[in-house]
Amino acid sequence: MSEQNVQSPLPGVFYYRPAPDKPPFVEVGSVVTADQAVGLVEVMKQFAEVKAGFDGTITAILVEDNGIVGPGDTLMTIETGA
Amino acid sequence: MTVEIVEPGLASNVQDQGRPGYYNVGIPPGGAADLNAAATANQLVGNTVDAAVIESPYMGPSLRFKTATVVAVTGGTVPVFLNKEPRPQWESFTVAVDDELTFGFLQDGARIYVAVAGGFDVPLVLGSRSTYATGGFGGFKGRMLQKGDILPLGDGEGTPGRKLPESLRPVYSRYVELRVVLGLYDYRLTEAGRTCLLESEWSMTPVADRMGFRYSGPPLEWIERVQPFGAGSDPSNIVDAGYPVGSIQVPGGVEPIILHRDAVSGGGYAMVGTVISADMNKVAQCSPGTRTKFISVTMAEALEARTADRLYRTDVTAAVTS
Repeated sequence: MSEQNVQSPLPGVFYYRPAPDKPPFVEVGSVVTADQAVGLVEVMKQFAEVKAGFDGTITAILVEDNGIVGPGDTLMTIETGA
Repeated sequence: MTVEIVEPGLASNVQDQGRPGYYNVGIPPGGAADLNAAATANQLVGNTVDAAVIESPYMGPSLRFKTATVVAVTGGTVPVFLNKEPRPQWESFTVAVDDELTFGFLQDGARIYVAVAGGFDVPLVLGSRSTYATGGFGGFKGRMLQKGDILPLGDGEGTPGRKLPESLRPVYSRYVELRVVLGLYDYRLTEAGRTCLLESEWSMTPVADRMGFRYSGPPLEWIERVQPFGAGSDPSNIVDAGYPVGSIQVPGGVEPIILHRDAVSGGGYAMVGTVISADMNKVAQCSPGTRTKFISVTMAEALEARTADRLYRTDVTAAVTS
């Protein structure tokens, strides 16, 4: 077991949900695959999906919904089975 | 002689030094948001300053070279890799056929510039290779770059090993002071409104691109008036007027917008000031959350700053090409 960080590729506003009336992409405890979207970053009127990057379980979400993030900021941690 | 876009990053596009002269018919000057970084990247690889480069906001692209050539990366601070091996910024280096250029996470600044010997040989439109995506012309097919695009290169052997001395490299900060000349419509603000504009610390929002950069902060107070015929109903409205590049408009009195190089040429919002041309490159290297103050300067000071910027370019040219 090891813990991996999900980092933001971009500066912008981080969103937990794909749309305001939709459920969040993930919550603590969600099981995710590497290519699964775990959030959105909005910048320059564009929305970029953040992928988990690892297969595993979300152990923590470290930024607030609608919070400003920078490139390389750790957004979440994932415990991988490997 | 081509370069393949393996991954485009976010809104990567082709820019040169712009197409001034058509703003009167609604076509903005365009050009690299950070003209100096683009010019320097060109000089490092042995191009003239006005060759076309790739501009990548916030996130580098992945490029595969189909020809051996020379490359330089300038602008926002970012780890650069050639076939996963680190390469320097502000310094030209050789690439071989099938080499892949990739980037890490942006560390400072906002826009990365990639110059290749010979420049990107996209067609000239109205004298420039700059992409004007809103108008759908210029650059590569009039749009942002996409995965799988194959960009042609012009002729040029390139000059590897050219380096910009540390002392001439820009320093990016999360706090910037932008010099502005007040007007033409700052008289529409109350004294408190004008003080608020100049005393407040503004925060750059994520709503910022080649057209304009939006800032959050306190609302500005306007002088009440009966709006003239032709002006909108909000106190921040005026009868339509031309917008200088760099002008600051404040729709509804909240969230000032600095118009940048792809700006619309006119409209009905009062411009309370204009960022001086010498500071427009600095705006281009700001990212969301950058704390910003507007510093009022006179026209004479603005012109002095422009001269200083030109002298800086002379120094860069001497240092890089000597």
